[in-house]
Amino acid sequence: MLFRVAIAFACLFIIAGVAGQPAGDTALAVQQTIAPVTSLIATNHEYDNGTGIDLIWVPSIDDRLAPSRVTGYEVWRSVVGGSGSRIAELPAGANKFTDEQCSRESTYVYSVVAISVAGNAVSISTAPIQPAREWINLHRLNLLAIAFLVSAAVIYFIQSARSGKKLFVRKIAGLDAVDDAIGRATEMGRPILFIPGIQDMDDVQTIAAITILGRVSRVVADYDTKIKMPVSRSLVMTAARETIKASYMAAGRPDAYNDDMVSYVTDEQFGYVAAVDGIMVREKPATCFYLGAFFAESLILAETGNSVGAIQIAGTAMPAQIPFFVAACDFALIGEELFAASAYLSNEPKQLGSLKGQDVGKAVALVVIVVGTMAATIGSAWDVTFMNQLWSALKVVFQTN
Amino acid sequence: MKREVPLFITFFVGTLLIASVFIPPAESWGENFSVYFDIIAVFAFFLGGGNLLRIHLQKVASKRPDWGYSIVTLVAFLVMLAAGLFKLGNPGGISGNLTTAQSWFQILFQNIMSPLGSTMYALLAFFVASASYRAFRAKNRDATILLVAAFIILLGRTPFGTMLTSWIPPQYDLLQVPNLAIWIMSGPNLAGQRAIMIGIGLGIVSMSLRILLGIERTYLGDDR
Repeated sequence: MLFRVAIAFACLFIIAGVAGQPAGDTALAVQQTIAPVTSLIATNHEYDNGTGIDLIWVPSIDDRLAPSRVTGYEVWRSVVGGSGSRIAELPAGANKFTDEQCSRESTYVYSVVAISVAGNAVSISTAPIQPAREWINLHRLNLLAIAFLVSAAVIYFIQSARSGKKLFVRKIAGLDAVDDAIGRATEMGRPILFIPGIQDMDDVQTIAAITILGRVSRVVADYDTKIKMPVSRSLVMTAARETIKASYMAAGRPDAYNDDMVSYVTDEQFGYVAAVDGIMVREKPATCFYLGAFFAESLILAETGNSVGAIQIAGTAMPAQIPFFVAACDFALIGEELFAASAYLSNEPKQLGSLKGQDVGKAVALVVIVVGTMAATIGSAWDVTFMNQLWSALKVVFQTN
Repeated sequence: MKREVPLFITFFVGTLLIASVFIPPAESWGENFSVYFDIIAVFAFFLGGGNLLRIHLQKVASKRPDWGYSIVTLVAFLVMLAAGLFKLGNPGGISGNLTTAQSWFQILFQNIMSPLGSTMYALLAFFVASASYRAFRAKNRDATILLVAAFIILLGRTPFGTMLTSWIPPQYDLLQVPNLAIWIMSGPNLAGQRAIMIGIGLGIVSMSLRILLGIERTYLGDDR
């Protein structure tokens, strides 16, 4: 009996001792409630500026139960010789993380804590690791090769055109109609409205629109037609004024140029639309050009232009807006035609040569799509290893992100 | 020199930014240049605001047609500018947060600017209807295909479309209108969109080269 009482007291002391331990020891005690993650490995993140470290681990065995006993993971980082800190909280099931906030000068140690309602479990720390910097991103070599191929083709055809070789460029109806549209405005004595989209000069579509404006305003200057260009960005206003002024000077009519041809309205999307719609309704332009980057305002503008009886030429590289322009405008430049427009209108051989260079890129895309489709179809239908390998290889080469 | 210097800057910066895509230590250059662009754009705003004031003041002064609208524009511009610049009504004063609900700027934005923008956006619904009416008229073969495809997609997105063809057995479920609509969107429509995207990508490369090599100079006000 005395022996049993002694055992009971001993048990009480042990329990009381555990309860009275400091926090770290308590954590050690509850670690036994769930298993920690295992095989935690830290490696240098490839092809970066020495700021990333990849972590990968095998999730806690308790995370594989249904329902999982793990509610999430915490990633802890400490600089060797320094204190640690929590850098990420991840959901249950996570098994990798990339720390992108590292410094090349520091060496780090990582650990992952599995979290559960019952308590946490800390993994064994990784070996010390220092991020390294690479100078070339080999993951993007394929992109470099494709860009080089297309660029080489463009430059080759520009040189061919310069040497006097005749190049065939297909007709673009929307661009062939530009002169007629301006002529119509001249005959009707009404202005031309030119809308260069709602993006700034750092958007390639706006630059394309300004290059087309140069060609259009040259004809406008020759015909002595009135052009009106409300813009939604100050920099576009400045660039457009310079472009129109140069066209008027080239046409030998600098006195006819007026800064008010281009006016700033507002950066606000629908405020701009309201202003342009008002101009359309009041001044009833004979011709409207919508060239550049457009969003929801595309159809509002085009339908208002249609309601005032204007002939409308639109072009954008925003895929979602192309159908609206096709539906509401007389002519629509689809995607690449917007970028080809300036070269097409210039009719200069070296500019047209660049358009032919694009065709090489299209030919490559066409062949790859046909071969890839066939390889994927045959490979999956008849399980032909070579076809599956070809399909995988094409995906690796042409996947750019 | 007026042309050569911008052309050199264009070539130099353009080449640098292309290279930065492939050189990890230079990857942040693109973001840095975007910041420089934003700084320039802020200065350009003074040009835009100044232009807006000048044009509308001239219009009011000379009492040109519709000069009343110019007064509305000028008042709206100046009131909003003052409310934002001097943080009128802001509990934190001039150093307070502009997005505070009590500030005049927020009150004007939430109660006038935002509803007006939404009203303009709402017009889109009517314009979609009128544009669809014109686009979907079966004038020729292409328009007829468009009409049929649009009809299937519209029908497929409604409960009526589901009800209409739910009797088709599971082995022919592709013929059910909702599935047909999904197939049109993920098959022919997606293929067409991707073809356009490939063309756009190539067009951008070609145009960028023309600009970098100085063949395309129209954007500098020079079409020689």
